[in-house]
Formats: sequence, C-alpha cells, structure tokens
Amino acid sequence: MAERPIAVEVKDLHKSFRIPSHRVMTLKERAVHPFTRVEYTTLHALRGVSFRVAEGELMGIAGRNGSGKTTLLKLLASIYRADRGQIRIAGTLAPFVELGVGFNPNLSARENVHLNGVMMGMTPREARNRFDKVIEFAELEEFVEMKLKNYSSGMLMRLAFSMMTEADADLMLIDEVLAVGDARFGQKCVDTLERMRKEGRTILFVTHAMESLKSLCDRAILIEDGILDMDDDPEEVAQRYLQLNFSGPARAASATTDGPRVAAASRIGDVWLENSDGERTRDFDHGSPIHLVAQIDVKDEIEQPGFGFEIRASDRARVFAVLRQPIRGSNGKLQPGERVRIKATIENPLAPDSYAINCSLWRGTEEDLVDVRHPAAELVVRGDQQLGYVELDWELDCEVESERPADPMEATPE
Amino acid sequence: MSATTGVPALREIRGPSAFGGGAKRFFDLTWLMSVTDFKMSYFGTVFGYLWSLVRPLMLFAVLYTVFTRILRFDAPNYAQMLLLSLTLYGLFSEATTRAVRSVVTSERIVRKMQFPRLVIPLSVVLTSLFNLCLSLIAVLVFIAASGVAPRITWLALPLVVVVLAVLTTGVSLLLSAVYVRFRDVAQMWGLLVLVIFYGSPILYPVEYIPPGLKFLLFVNPLAPIMVEARRLVVDPTAPSVVDADAAGSVFGIIGPAMVMLAVCAIGLWTFMRAAPRVAEEL
Repeated sequence: MAERPIAVEVKDLHKSFRIPSHRVMTLKERAVHPFTRVEYTTLHALRGVSFRVAEGELMGIAGRNGSGKTTLLKLLASIYRADRGQIRIAGTLAPFVELGVGFNPNLSARENVHLNGVMMGMTPREARNRFDKVIEFAELEEFVEMKLKNYSSGMLMRLAFSMMTEADADLMLIDEVLAVGDARFGQKCVDTLERMRKEGRTILFVTHAMESLKSLCDRAILIEDGILDMDDDPEEVAQRYLQLNFSGPARAASATTDGPRVAAASRIGDVWLENSDGERTRDFDHGSPIHLVAQIDVKDEIEQPGFGFEIRASDRARVFAVLRQPIRGSNGKLQPGERVRIKATIENPLAPDSYAINCSLWRGTEEDLVDVRHPAAELVVRGDQQLGYVELDWELDCEVESERPADPMEATPE
Repeated sequence: MSATTGVPALREIRGPSAFGGGAKRFFDLTWLMSVTDFKMSYFGTVFGYLWSLVRPLMLFAVLYTVFTRILRFDAPNYAQMLLLSLTLYGLFSEATTRAVRSVVTSERIVRKMQFPRLVIPLSVVLTSLFNLCLSLIAVLVFIAASGVAPRITWLALPLVVVVLAVLTTGVSLLLSAVYVRFRDVAQMWGLLVLVIFYGSPILYPVEYIPPGLKFLLFVNPLAPIMVEARRLVVDPTAPSVVDADAAGSVFGIIGPAMVMLAVCAIGLWTFMRAAPRVAEEL
C-alpha cells in the first residue's frame, strides 16, 4: 500500500445531524412562538474518522446499522457537508451511493440510460453511444422500449448495476449492492467488482455481508458509533464486526481508538462440546445432554468475571442464551497467567438441525465485554424430522363436544 | 479508464453545493431534465402539446367574454393584449408554482447522489420556457391573423421573455429553497400568485390604473414586462411605464428593476445557502 498513490484521504471527519423533535415547522408555529427555539437532538453520526485508501484498493466498510457508514459515503459523495475535517480525493468520483438513483419509472430503459448517463457525468452523446453496451451487460435487449415501471425488480437492478459499471469514475462508492438480486446477479456483481479493481479503480464498498467483505476486499474498516474502530485485514474486521453484533447495542463503545484492541487481552481459548461419556463430539442425539467446555487464557486481571453463551439455529435465530453468568463468585477475580476451564451442561430439547454456539467473556458490573467467540462451536442434533427449534412435550387429544354442530358456517357450501 | 491517465492529484471535497460537479454536467443535466419533463408532461394525453395552447386559450376566452361582453371594457386591441399578457404570465405562474416543491420532490436524487441542486429549479423554469415558446408562436399567429400587422419590433419580444425568465428563476430559487424548511410556502405562494395576477396589468391596460393604485407600478417587476410586451407586439402607441398615463416617472422602470434585482439576488443567495444542507433537511 505504501508505494501506491493515495486515492482517498479522510482526516478527522465529523458530522452530526440536528433532529428537530417535531419535524415540520410551519410558519404559524414560528409566528405564535417566535422565541421558542425548536428543540433539537443532536446525533453525532461521525466523530473524527480518518483513513486513507490507496489507488486500486477495494476497501470494505463494515459497521452496524446506525454506526455512520452511510453518512461517511454520503460525505465522500458530496451529498452531505462535513462539520469538521477534510476529505481529499484523487481523480473522478462516481456521484451516486445507491444503484438506480435517478431512474424515472415512466421512461423507457433507453431514455433512462441517457438521463442517468448524464447524471453520472457523461455527455449526452457518450450516454447514447454506451447504450448498447449497458443493455447488453444487463441482458435486457428485448425490453429496451419498455417503461421502467413495468420492469421486475431484478431487471431494474441489472440495469442499474450495468449503468454503474459504465461510470468512468476512478473512485466508486457502493452501498450494499450485493444484498439485492438473485444469486446469479450477485455473482455478476462480484465479477464486475473484481474487474474494476483490476482496472485500477478504487472502490469503497459498504456491506453487512461479512462473507463478501472477506472474499472481495483487500482491506476493511469498521465504523462503530461514529468512530473508526478498526482498520485492518478483512478477516479481522469481520471477526470484530460479529463481536459487536453479538455484544448488543448499548456496549461496545468502550472504545480505545487506536491499536489492535484485543492484543494483550484475555481471550476465550478452545471451546468444544462433550457428550455424557466425556467424548469430544459435535453430534448429539436429540435429548442427550450437551456439555460445553470453554478454556479461558487470562492475560490481564479480570474482576467479577462473567461468562455467557447462546445457541443459534442454522437460520441464525437465537434459540437460547445465557447472559453473563458470574464465574467464581461475585467477588472473584481471574489472575493473569491462569487458564480457566468453564463447563456448562445443557439439556437438549433441540430439534434436529445444525446449531452454532457462541461464547462471551465479560468483566465487572459495567457489562464490559472482554472477548467473544462467534461461533465457538458447532453442534449437530440428530433425531426424527421436526419443524421448529425445539421439541416440547405434547399430547394431542380429540373430544366430541356436541353431536351435531349448529354452526351456520357449516351450512355454507365450500 | 481515466485511472490510466497518470496519477491525479488529491483535491479537497467541500461537500454539496448549488453548482457542483462541473459546468458541462450542470448544463447537460439542466437541458436533459427539462426536455424529459417537457415530454413527460403531455405523455399519454391524446392532444399532447396542444394542451399547452388550450390552457391559455381557454382562460383567454373566458376572461375576454367577461371583460368585453359583461363588463364592457373598450380598450383598443384588447383581445390581443389580453392573450399576449396571459401567455407571458403563464410562464411565471406555472414555473414558480411547480418550482416551489421541486427540490423536495426530487428527494431521492438529492439524497442519494451528488447532484448540483440548482439544476432542479432551473430545469423547471426551462420546461415552462419551452411551453411558453410553443404557445407564443401560436399567439403571434393569432394576433397577426386578427388584424394587427407584424412589425419589426416583434423581434424584440425574446428580450422581454428573457427578462421574464430571469425574474421567474429568481422567484423559483427563493421559493424552492425556503420550502424545504417551511412547507407553508406552497400554500402562501398559491395565493400570492393570484394577487400578483390581479396586481399586474394583465387583465387591464396599464392606463386604466387609477392614481391611487399607481404605486403598484413602482414595485411590480411584472408590470413593465407586460407593458413593454404590449407596446412591442400589439400597439406601439400604448403608453410605456414611464409615460404620464402609467407610472409617470422613470421610477416606473427603476423601481421594478430594483425589486427584480433584489428578488433574484435574495433568491440565489438563499438557494446557495440552503443547497449544502438540503439533503439533511428533507
């Protein structure tokens, strides 16, 4: 990264929004209460974000909802104005942050491509010349004269994406593209991003999909609560992102801003499952209890340590969770250098499926997260085919209440 | 593609603005958006562009009947004057009324892409200007056919139209910028447009204005526009604003000019100030 020229440089970027407590202010309200100031809540979307992107880099931007990623993109794209800080960009910038912006549903694909092309900075002639290419890429040759409002959403996305690939920008800002469209379209997006990167374009790419972050990006940053939480390898960022998601909304901002934050901290080491015979396994018959074993390598003193785990089904639904159970009593401490083994015995009413078990380690009463493993162990439950997450005890009974139901509904023919 | 053209220097991004994104793109966008709007406005109608003629003609027919048959107005070439000023006024009222909400209606574009905000109200005015040009041709044909001989001074009419368009633009900028924060503006402007209509020499010849109301001529930028258009096209002997019959002093032209300048300056200033924040206010 050192030799490549810098394409984007962001220094100490701040942005806050003032959100009035009641949205639309009429003149009458102003006239009747001329001296009452409208009450605003200030939302600090970004609080001092700095980073650099080298030319030709594909950088992922991860962050939870409301963390400020989209604000960052919009600041880069000149949609918002920064309160403080500096953004410098080399070369030209694709002016949009979302696919299909500026499409007019009442116009045909042809007219929209012209209009959108000009919006992206092409001359009208260029836009016309590239029309065929755009349509060919989008595979919409048969629907050129059809109005966009009659397009399916998949067709729209194809057209929009294909428009984007034609934008002659050195820097592209992309917000959640891969989240839409079918699998085949998603693959096409991925291929195109790869191609654009090979062409030397710089791409900033906001995503929630950690898989595409890991597979596509050279580097990633993580925005959390308006602060640059991490600027690292996508693997690490993805890991951290999952940690944050796991830890729930309120915490996580106990931020030490720079440096890898988990270096000298205590961690959850090996985690495995044992059956009742004490054998390590991941396969369990329905009904046989699960023993979860977790090792903790203590690197720094942990006062009032707590341990939590959760079980998530294959669709990521949380089946069960234990939050922050004190280990070693309420006044206990874990000393540096110790290795602690935690054992949890869990009954197993789980329906046959594969599950992920996530573990978390906490300190103090402030609910300070020390470490999290996500997933820590895999669990496969075998048994008879059932729907749902758990098998509950049930009985089915049928009783005749009256001989002939006098329900009028019964009389109406089907 | 342009990435291959060497190493571009870093330049600072200063956030959204009224212009932003290069002059060429600005003009291309304004033009294309107005053309699209113009095409769209009659899309799906049977008579298409004819509607842009029918509307002023209809209004003209009603007003003409009322004022000549019922109120017994008897001004020379009244019909031609009325038709001409109605058509010109059409630009002002149509463009400003549509411009008020324009920035808010384009919310998606404003919030999701870097877009020179000024393009939005400008393209509204431009669309109305297309409409006006179409109707003016028909109106001039009608005037010529009705017995007023075409004169060389007709060629100066575009000048009047330009002044009118500038005024309309100034008002549109002001309205669209203020509307983002104060939604009452749309209602208020709906009324004001009517007041301005009756306050300008559109329905009546300028010389009919009684001395007690002549102050209108000192502040209304539309007045000299209507008066001069009438002199250029319909009747060269009609009084000019500065004549004794009308305002009676050079302030009849200086006053409105100042007002127009002020409106345009305030409009532009307000819009430029509001532009960087529009995306957040919506």
